[in-house]
Parts: sequence; C-alpha cells; structure tokens
Amino acid sequence: MSMDRRQFLKIAGISSILGFGASVANATHPIWVKGLDPSQVEPNKDALTAKRWAMVVDMSKFKTDEDFKKTIDACHLTHNVPDFRNPDGSVDTRHEIKWIWKTAYENAFPGEPNKFMDEHLKEMPFLVLCNHCDNPPCVRVCPTKATFKLPNGITMQDMHRCIGCRFCMAGCPYGARSFNWLDPRKAINPERENKQYPTRTKGVVEKCTFCSERLEMGKMPACVEAAPKGGLLFGDIEDPNSDVRKIVSTKYTIRRKSDLGTGPAIYYLIGGSDHA
Amino acid sequence: MLEKAFEGSKKYWAWIFFLGALVLIGFYYYLQQFMYGLGITGLGRDVSWGLYIGQFTFLVGVAASAVMLVIPYYLHDYKTFSKIVILGEFLAISAVTMCILFIMADMGQPMRVMNVVLHPTPNSVMFWDFLVLSGYLVLNILIGWVTLSSDRKGVPPPKWIKPFIILSVPWAISIHTVTAFLYAGLPGRHFWLSAIMAARFLASAFAGGPALLIILALIVRKVSKFDPGKEPIQALGKIVAYAMFANVFFLGLEFFTAFYSSIPAHTDSFKYLYIGLDGHRELVPLMWTSSVFAVIALTMLLIPAARKNERSLVLACIMLFISLWIDKGFGLIIGGFVPNPLDQVRTYWPTMPETWITIGVWSIGFLILSMLYKVAISVREQTAGVEIEH
Amino acid sequence: MKLYDGGKIIIGLLIFVGIATFPFYYNIGKVNAKPEPKVDTPAIQEWEKQYGKKECVESKEFMRTNHMQLINLWRDSVVRNMNRVYISTSNHKKFNMSLQNGCMQCHSNKKKFCDECHNYMAIKPFCWDCHIQPQEKEENKS
Repeated sequence: MSMDRRQFLKIAGISSILGFGASVANATHPIWVKGLDPSQVEPNKDALTAKRWAMVVDMSKFKTDEDFKKTIDACHLTHNVPDFRNPDGSVDTRHEIKWIWKTAYENAFPGEPNKFMDEHLKEMPFLVLCNHCDNPPCVRVCPTKATFKLPNGITMQDMHRCIGCRFCMAGCPYGARSFNWLDPRKAINPERENKQYPTRTKGVVEKCTFCSERLEMGKMPACVEAAPKGGLLFGDIEDPNSDVRKIVSTKYTIRRKSDLGTGPAIYYLIGGSDHA
Repeated sequence: MLEKAFEGSKKYWAWIFFLGALVLIGFYYYLQQFMYGLGITGLGRDVSWGLYIGQFTFLVGVAASAVMLVIPYYLHDYKTFSKIVILGEFLAISAVTMCILFIMADMGQPMRVMNVVLHPTPNSVMFWDFLVLSGYLVLNILIGWVTLSSDRKGVPPPKWIKPFIILSVPWAISIHTVTAFLYAGLPGRHFWLSAIMAARFLASAFAGGPALLIILALIVRKVSKFDPGKEPIQALGKIVAYAMFANVFFLGLEFFTAFYSSIPAHTDSFKYLYIGLDGHRELVPLMWTSSVFAVIALTMLLIPAARKNERSLVLACIMLFISLWIDKGFGLIIGGFVPNPLDQVRTYWPTMPETWITIGVWSIGFLILSMLYKVAISVREQTAGVEIEH
Repeated sequence: MKLYDGGKIIIGLLIFVGIATFPFYYNIGKVNAKPEPKVDTPAIQEWEKQYGKKECVESKEFMRTNHMQLINLWRDSVVRNMNRVYISTSNHKKFNMSLQNGCMQCHSNKKKFCDECHNYMAIKPFCWDCHIQPQEKEENKS
C-alpha cells in the first residue's frame, strides 16, 4: 500500500495516543480517581475551633526588648523561619523572612503623621504580622489558591502548591509576606531546628498561619503563649464570651489601614487595660 | 516555508550565531538561578518584582501593537498596510514568546506552573493573563502562517481565517488590559491604583510597538530586497504620534491627580522616581532621561517635516522606544514597590546574572523575530510583483 | 516507497536508538540488588509487641503502589481541610496524617526503608526539600 509521509505520521500519532490512553485507563486503584472518602478522615479530637479567630495586641504589656524577642523567637523557632544575615551580622533586608516583627508606630500605621504626638507612643515599637483579613487581596490574586481562607477565618498558606509568582506579595497592603529567595536551610540553626515542623524550600512564599497546626492539636499560637501576660490575646471574635470580643466591643482598638476594606483581624488596643 | 529561515547569507548566519551565543550565556545564568534561587537577582522582600516582570509588562504592549496594523488593513481595507501586516504579526509572536519566557524566569517554582491549569482560579487576574497570553500566541502563529502561505501561493487566504483575524483585535486589547489589571486592582499599591492604568498601557503600547515596527521595517529595507514602502511607514508614524501624545497626556494626568491632591500615598512613589525619597535617588537620572526623550520624540513626531524625513523619524522612534522601555519596563514596576507598605524606602537594582538572563530572553525573541522575518522577506521577495488580496 | 535521504535517516535512527537504549546496556553486568526495605525499627517493634503483628496505615500491597497518592491526599486534607486523623480502611486504627510526625515515627530508618526502593528506581521525591528527614544514628553529624 502506498502512503505519503503525512498520512504515516498521522496514523502513528493517533495510535500512540490511543495506546498511551489505554495503558493509563487500565491502571489503578480508585484512590487515584476518587481520592479519600470523607469517612476516612477527621479532625484531631483536641483541636481548637472557632467561627472567626482574631487577635488583640496590647503593646502596653510589652515593656522590655526581651519581651519582644521572646515573642518573635517563639514564632520563628517553632516554624523554622530562617535568619538571613549580611556578612557583617546585620539583617539582610532583601532576603529576610519574618512572620512577626516589631516596627515603629509610623510604619505600622503610615499616613497618620502627627508631629505633636506623644513621644512615648512615637518611639514605642509595635508588633506587626499577617492580619488574616476578612477580605484579603492576597487570596484574591493567587492564581493557584495556594493562599486561601480557612472556614475559621485564618488566611492559610499551602507551601506545596505555591508557584512563587509573588503576586500575593504585591497584593498585601501590609507587607506581611516573605519569599524564599535562597535555600532557607542554609540560614537555620540546626541545633534549634523544630523537628516537628517542616522548613520551606527556595521559591515559595510564607507568612504567619495563626499557628493553624498548633490550634488543630489543641494549643494556642506560639507568640500568644510566649508574649508577656495580656500582651497578645487570641480567641473567637464571634463568641460573645471570648476575651477578644469583650475588648473589641467595649474598648477603643485600631486596625492597620482599615479604610482599604480588607477587614483585618488584628486589633491594637489603645490605652492598655487590666484585662490580663 | 520554514526552510527559508535556514537559508541565508553569511551576514544572516553571523547574526543568528551571535544571538545564539547570547542565549547560551543567558541560559547558563538561568541555570544558576534555578539552582540557587531568585536570590541571585537584586529582588528582595520589599521590591519583589523587578526587571523580569517589567520586561514582560513592556513586551505585552509591543505584542498588542500588531492590532494597529490589523485594524486598518482587515477592518477598514487600508491597502497601504498590505505588505507589512505580516511583520506586525510576527513581531507579536516574538514579543508574546518573550513575555512567557520572562514570566517563567521570574517564577520561584517554575516546575509547578501547571498548578495554574490544575487549580483554575477565575478571581485571579494572573490566571486570566496566562490564558490570554497563550491564546494570543496561538492566534498570531495561526494567522501569520496561514496568510503568509496564501500570499506565497498568490491566492487570497482561506475564508475560515477571517473570524480569527477579527478575534485577534479584541484579544490584543485584552492582553494588555489584563496585564494592566495585575497592577490596577491592588489596594495597597497606590502608585498603581488608578483607573487610567489600562488606558496608559494601551497608549504606550500603540506608540512603542509601531515605533519598533518602523525601525524594523527600515532595517528590512536595508538588508533585503523587500521594501515595505514609504507610505506604510508614514502611516505608522502618524499612529505613533497620536498614541504617544495620548501616553504623555495620560502620564501628565497621573501627575496632576497625585500632586494636586497631595496625598502622600500617591506622591511618594513619584517623588522617589523623579527627585528621590529619603535620600534614595537611584532611579532619578533614568526617569528624567525617559521623560526628556519622550518630549523630544513627541515633538519630532508632531512636526510633519520631521516625521516625513525618515532619518529624523527613526531617531524619534528610537528615543521613544527607549523612553517607554525605561518608563514601563522599569520605572513603573519599581515605583509601585517604593516606599513599601510600611512606608520604608528599600530599593532595587538588577544584578549581573539577572541582566544576562534578561539579555538571553531578548536574544531568544530577536532570534525568533529574525527567523520569522527571514521567512516573510523571502516570500515577499518571491512574490514581488503579485498583488496581495484578502 | 522510496526513502529519500535514506542514508542520513538510517544513520540518524541508529544514533537515536543507541542513545535511547544507553541505560540498558550501560548497566549490563552491574549487580543491582533487589530492594529490601527493612521494617524493624524500634517503633515498629513496639507496635508488634502491643498489637501482635506489624501494621501500617494500609496493607503492604496497597502502600507499595499507592503511597504516593495517599501522601498527596493527606497533604490536602491536613493543610486545606484541617483534618489530621486518618482512619485506616484495613485495620480501622487512627493515624496522624503527617509525614514527619506520622509516617516517619514508625519508618524512622529512611535510608533502609524509603531509599531502598527509591534509589533502585532512581526516584528523588522532593518531599525532603521541606520536610525534615529523621535523624539516623549511623550518620556522623546531625
């Protein structure tokens, strides 16, 4: 039979597609197609649940540098957050990764310059972290849903799915997100590594997760536990009996850039209080 | 027809090998980046997008500009463009390919890119960008190839290609609008949070793309027997003039809103770019070069005598292209990130590996452009006396 | 049917076949021992004492062919759905759906278990780029 080259290639192509398709269809256990059955999984029985997790920050309870260091270190060490430094020991501000850190009032709440403001307040450092917004721009822009909202209000990060496009970093109005520009394992102290939590790898974005993994095992977030008493309050703001709800509905609190419509869940208490 | 790309003079091959060498150097540095991470670039926690995304943004505009030839020729029967529409379409292919390569170069986990397809997220503008860029590439390859092969055979193109050509018009507008939407919808970045972003993008695209086409058409006339003709180049010149006027006007509008309102969130980025902020003046010389070039180029384009003289036209186009490249491919991106959301000034400058990777991608683009243009020129040289119908 | 450029095509085909079959004839004569993953870690031995037999999350046959997909599904279940407990279909026991804090608690001998088959098949799963490998006593330093 006489056939020209085009016909030959067409027939060869179709046969190989059919052959390949047949071998795949022949394969496999339903788990590859249907996934897990809901009856096979359940949450941990100790898990803490909430309709909407939120946090109140009372900076008046943070008095010394040590207070800040303990809080920040609790988070960063629990989660194997790398510490990138320049050769001279200073922080490498380009590659640094931080989930929670302290900054001045004018940086935490930019755009409200008051040159006659109380000096103490001007100098006082504020703790800042991801706000776990109600209406987060980062979730809106992520092309793979690697960052997404959990039903309990946490803005979660799936480091497995992140493609490292950094659109979420451009979208966050609070600068809460960090990217792994280099291999983080080179900047983690192996003696203080938390073997119960993974590290990340280069090329993914990370940020505070409200310690979702701890909450699901019945523990409070690491920063909340390490902070000075009453410094960080954490609870379900939809529960009328929770500390956070009581403070937010009775005392004066402010949130960062609240006019952007993001709905942040971190409330900064003004005036300090004796709730602790 | 593709075999025509592999037949050429010594000069042609020298050019191809030169580009190939640049591609190899770029690839070597990309391998470094792949192994060590994006940390080998100048990017950082505060300026997280830089040269790569800037180039992508600029080139999307160049790719969209093919529509400035397609609309007159296919929609309004403007026969003057009959011989050079193909140059616009092939430029679009080269530009979109570079866009896709720059995006891939910028990804932290490029192996996971298919997650965008596996987990489609319609609320993400980047998802749509992925779709429209891929679609535009396919459209232009299809249209360019089919129309050129018909020209070569001396027959009008098949009727079924017409709907695709019509589709390419709104599609071209969409690729650049979607790219503008990447920036214009971010609540925390006030430098970009402006409704006029998409309009500015399109205006600069329709100025920069045809300007490049004029330069390329004149090069084609010099190195081959195919002469695109004086009229198409003059027509393109008029398009560039109008589009550039719109672009400069829109930039002026942005300045007005920012500075008349005096809102720091809006003025800070402009200050950083044009006069420096907090002592940081890295981008000031570049931005002023861009603005001065823009004004000079626009003036030359608006003076008929200067536009009619092909020498001054080319000079104006080169200045315009450089001006837009600085503004869109660099200044616009960095400006959005400085100051950062905590009102701190942290700056950015590309590193050497980053620059080589960028040059490598541009070289791939020029390689594709040269080879496709070689095909187009060969066909035009062959069909020199034949009337092109559509 | 005339084969144009027949000489070049045949030579090209021979070169291609030579390259494509390289892995096979390169390894002729090399001894590649059958992988023998060891399931005798202290943790597994403890389990055996308690329950009378060695049990994994699912059966050996299932795990051998499907552990990759199971781990993927566990990942989504934990990170995205907040479900951390797996109820085995074979022995109805509950397991912590975690690589570091679940699987590797029993299979702490990654070199003699996971790596046995993976090395034989020249597979390098990238889990360990992020997930911390268990420290094994034979290593000189942690």
